Amino acid sequence: MTLPSSSMVVQLNNVSKRYGRRWALVQLTFAIPEKSSVLLTGGNGAGKTTLLRMLATSLKSTRGEVRIFDKLSGVDNDLIRPRLALVTHDSHLYDDLSAEENLSLVGHFLPWVDMRRMGDILERVGLAPRRASAVRGFSAGMRRRLCMGRMLLVEPELVLLDEPFGQLDPPGVALVEEIIREVQQKQVTLVMSTHDVERGEALCDHHLHLKSGRVLRAVEPLGEPGEATRIAQELEARGGWH
Amino acid sequence: MTSSFAERRPASLVAGVRAVINKDLLLEWRSRARVNATIFFAFLTLLLFLFAVGPDTHIMAQSAAGYLWLAVLLSSVLSLGESFRMEAENAALEGLRLLPVDPKAMFLGKAIANTLFLFLLAVILVPVTVAMCGVEVQGSLMHGVAILFLGAAAISAPGTLYAAIASQVRARDVLLPLLLFPVLIPAIIGAVKATKLLFAGDPMGDLGRWTALLIFFNATYWLLCLLLFGRVVEE
Amino acid sequence: MKRAIDFGLPLLAIAGIVVGEIMGLWIAPAERHMGDVYRIIYVHVPAAWVALLSFLIAAAASFTFLFKTSWAADALAEAAGELGVLFGTVAYILGAIWGKGTWGVWWTPDPKLTAMAILVFGFAGYIALRNLTEEPERRAAWSAVVAIILAAGIPIVWFAVRWWGGLHQNQSTRDSMNAFMGATLGINVLAFTLLFVWFLRMRYRVAKAKIDEELSEPPEQELA
Repeated sequence: MTLPSSSMVVQLNNVSKRYGRRWALVQLTFAIPEKSSVLLTGGNGAGKTTLLRMLATSLKSTRGEVRIFDKLSGVDNDLIRPRLALVTHDSHLYDDLSAEENLSLVGHFLPWVDMRRMGDILERVGLAPRRASAVRGFSAGMRRRLCMGRMLLVEPELVLLDEPFGQLDPPGVALVEEIIREVQQKQVTLVMSTHDVERGEALCDHHLHLKSGRVLRAVEPLGEPGEATRIAQELEARGGWH
Repeated sequence: MTSSFAERRPASLVAGVRAVINKDLLLEWRSRARVNATIFFAFLTLLLFLFAVGPDTHIMAQSAAGYLWLAVLLSSVLSLGESFRMEAENAALEGLRLLPVDPKAMFLGKAIANTLFLFLLAVILVPVTVAMCGVEVQGSLMHGVAILFLGAAAISAPGTLYAAIASQVRARDVLLPLLLFPVLIPAIIGAVKATKLLFAGDPMGDLGRWTALLIFFNATYWLLCLLLFGRVVEE
Repeated sequence: MKRAIDFGLPLLAIAGIVVGEIMGLWIAPAERHMGDVYRIIYVHVPAAWVALLSFLIAAAASFTFLFKTSWAADALAEAAGELGVLFGTVAYILGAIWGKGTWGVWWTPDPKLTAMAILVFGFAGYIALRNLTEEPERRAAWSAVVAIILAAGIPIVWFAVRWWGGLHQNQSTRDSMNAFMGATLGINVLAFTLLFVWFLRMRYRVAKAKIDEELSEPPEQELA
């Protein structure tokens, strides 16, 4: 069943992306309905990070069209970017600034953000005691929390998470899960890549699987529990492109 | 949500530029040990020129202006490189780009911050040059400040653009001076000539034309680099 | 038609150079003030002219690329940039020899020399940048930016160095040149230009082939 395009937050049409000689993404065509939570799975090097960065308009497609909020990526980036947030391996933080100062930057560049919430958000992500410390001294887990906090500050419509559970201790993982559920309450569209498929499955209602840059399972709604894990394993075990 | 999505407009260009300048100056202040080291590097360079050329005081006085600007130029390679190294560390510049921040604001903010640092450096070097080379300052303070500022700005505009490019490739340390120095030759000529007239006096009233050259160089390059910067940071 | 050019152009160029150089190095009379040393202009001037032309082409192609993402333009810019450095270096070395022979100095500060130095060094940096960047899109965009910035500086360089002081030989050479010398110079310039066009076409093809290979389509494969 195809829904009217205006209710598709993300639309990719025959999108390919090349890095030098290597094609990282090959002929991707799929759509993500609004308010859905998509679990993005695939082995290492499958193209998950590349895809997420492309959805964030950080990368341009080599071929094909990417539409976010029904606007064309590459042309209307300034209309798209304020409405999404990407949390990825690169923290986008300035090591010599404090947690507070890094968040304040958001307020300086995006005047519509309500910076009064900053204090609460720092509490929420458990960084209030370290708010004035330079990020240079932060562990990987703490940096991740700060990035999640920054995402909360911006209140995006589309949330893109690249391995959000990576490098987090159990309390950190629990916090991220909580935050994900919280934003889902606010009716955002979520795309999350993770190797922890079971955990991801519990949080998402759609599944997208990449292998060698291609879509092996387009954005399908998830049925029974464990379905994604099972399918991901099957798809990886199957021969095919490498 | 605290605002309707249709109203999410990024900051104005001026506000964006101011934010970038503040961020850059704050970061420089935080890493002031490195800043101090760069300033000492400039002193050291000046000293080396003098040892290489001295002890003939006449020659030293003749070439003082040249050494001053060469010291500033060589130090600029360090400061410009550093200006983008901190952006590359955690892909912070990409983060800004995605907020979104207009690349024009990024360029203007960083180029202005770089200009301020180089201007400060040049100002500090003047008394050192005067003392060590045995020159006097004949020109007015206003002229002096103008020339130092124009020279610093002339280095910063293409310097900021090229540092952005170099920070994204291998061999970045050698690529920056390789790209920057040829382009700066007319500006260095202008700055050195003008400074020399400020030291030795300007009997024929030539200061005007060198100042005009520097102004024209700055106008051309600030505009050009502003327009082209987007292509350098955007994918 | 293409094959005719491929074949005829080098022949014409080489023939022109042979004729031109025989005229210049043997037949043309010695110059009044400079004696035989001056003959080097029959290679130096054409080389310098070709270098300038090459840099201009590189800048124009770069400008085109920034507006139209044409890979042909990128390949042309690469080819022209390289050839400019080659011919410019040749012109420079010959010019230095001429300078030593006539004025006793290898180099003087002079608008033409300085402009050429900036362009040669600048485009050497351009080539280095291209070699260090593996992504075709980035490589093309960044090097186009560099080329345009270099080209934009040339008028400024001109005035800067003219005011700075220089003694390039253009006036006196023209006064003391008779018609035959002028014609010889003209023939050499023409011949070098043909040679340049020949080299440019070949180098362009290499550059274009490389880019085409880098930009080939994604592999079409069916799922096993």
